[in-house]
Amino acid sequence: MNAHVIPPAAPPNAPVVALRDVHKSFGALKVLDGVSFAVGRGEVIVLIGRSGSGKSTALRCIDRFETIDGGEIEVCGRRVDDARLDVRALRQDVGIVFQSYNLFPHLTIEENITLAPHAVKKVPKAEARALAAKVLAQVGLEEKLHAYPEQLSGGQQQRAAIARSLAMQPKVMLFDEVTSALDPELTGEVLKVIEALAADGMTMVLVTHEMSFARGIADQVVFMHKGKVHEAGPAGILSSPSTPELAQFVGTGL
Amino acid sequence: MGLVLDFSVVLDRWQALLDGATLTLQLAFIAVVCGAAIGVFGAIGRRSGNALVERLWGAYVEAIRNTPLLVQIFLVYFGLSSLGLQFSAFTVAAVALTINVGAYTTEIMRAGFDSIHKGQIEAAEGLGLSKAQIYWHVIIWPGIERVYPALTSQFVLLMLASSVTSQISAEELTAVANYIQSETYRSFETYIVVALIYVALSFIMRFGFWLLGLALFPRRRRLGTPL
Ligand SMILES: Nc1ncnc2c1ncn2[C@@H]1O[C@H](COP(=O)(O)OP(=O)(O)O)[C@@H](O)[C@H]1O
Ligand SMILES: [Mg+2]
Repeated sequence: MNAHVIPPAAPPNAPVVALRDVHKSFGALKVLDGVSFAVGRGEVIVLIGRSGSGKSTALRCIDRFETIDGGEIEVCGRRVDDARLDVRALRQDVGIVFQSYNLFPHLTIEENITLAPHAVKKVPKAEARALAAKVLAQVGLEEKLHAYPEQLSGGQQQRAAIARSLAMQPKVMLFDEVTSALDPELTGEVLKVIEALAADGMTMVLVTHEMSFARGIADQVVFMHKGKVHEAGPAGILSSPSTPELAQFVGTGL
Repeated sequence: MGLVLDFSVVLDRWQALLDGATLTLQLAFIAVVCGAAIGVFGAIGRRSGNALVERLWGAYVEAIRNTPLLVQIFLVYFGLSSLGLQFSAFTVAAVALTINVGAYTTEIMRAGFDSIHKGQIEAAEGLGLSKAQIYWHVIIWPGIERVYPALTSQFVLLMLASSVTSQISAEELTAVANYIQSETYRSFETYIVVALIYVALSFIMRFGFWLLGLALFPRRRRLGTPL
């Protein structure tokens, strides 16, 4: 390779999200121990692994909810590990949905959705409301516009939370076990919404324990174990794992 | 023996009583509005993460909570006059009551703001909202909603406690009562009437806060959830 060739600032095929040798500790506890993976435009990466293996932490580092101790994270051409990062600009490009639906309980679903576009992006109120109607239709909740979160089922709340993120028109969506807090009969409706998003070409990183869902949606599976990427590859690795740890993990279905 | 109550001479002075009651409500109104503002800033200061700011607000709160209201009123009264500043008794009373209720409101609002789950704040951060926007949309209003009954009680207490400002001759309800009983020698009757007026004022305030709550917290109104 020629060391004098200067790479273009943002190559068109550059990954939307890239972690390179990321290290993160909480006190003495090493949670991420040299994690690397990259997500291309329109790709769906599924993070799996035992509880405590660092999946949530990896996701939170991408959106700068945690700062890393070493390595690099790049998101939409921004260096997330740069101390001078404009965090709010990063978060306009990244949508994140957590395990417990964190809709704002005192606001209607419409107000939940229009809040950030109006406050952050200065989208006029009327336009923001049109946007809310659009994203709610996308998650199949158009009739819940004026309901309050507590009037919705858990699955509906989680779909509304996804809609709220979508209204910011993010370039990548992060999902952290969005169905784990739900009754089993309600997970399907949420997973369907995520599948539809993937089919629409949304770039996503998601943490899930739903293995059949992961198998169907993942372009790439990243198996995390003890803070490391223990095994990674196409969804096929779930059926034919090459490490005993992944085999055991898939076998127990946990 | 025989207890003979004669309210007529007291009730004859209804105009003075009404003026006193009005002044009491005015004092309470000013102190509540300014005290609530202090409370919001105080609660934010107490949660700011800046040790100095937290300590200063903490010192203010502790100073007020551990001294009698009457002493606070005298401190404001004599403090201002020793600085060569002359204010009306009403102004001094309003300032002292504001300082007093501001401290209690700071603590109540802090509890309310602290009760907002971390997940709510992270969700707002994840949407790109600024710190100020998060405070305004996600912490202050829902936080106040949680402690609204405690705030209402504190504000009614303040209105009742404003009777102490009669000591610096603020012309509020208790001062009027003192004057009437000295003129009529009908002390018991006077204070019975005044007590009833205070009860009425308390009801008026509680009703006012109930209406305000309906306006401020539309979800409660829509879903019929009591505060
Ligand atoms: N803010 C934190 N402070 C201290 N320890 C944490 C914190 N967040 C996560 N951890 C710890 O880091 C480890 C990995 O957590 P996490 O990334 O949530 O794992 P996973 O999502 O794979 O279950 C766990 O042992 C967890 O207790
Ligand atoms: Mg997790």
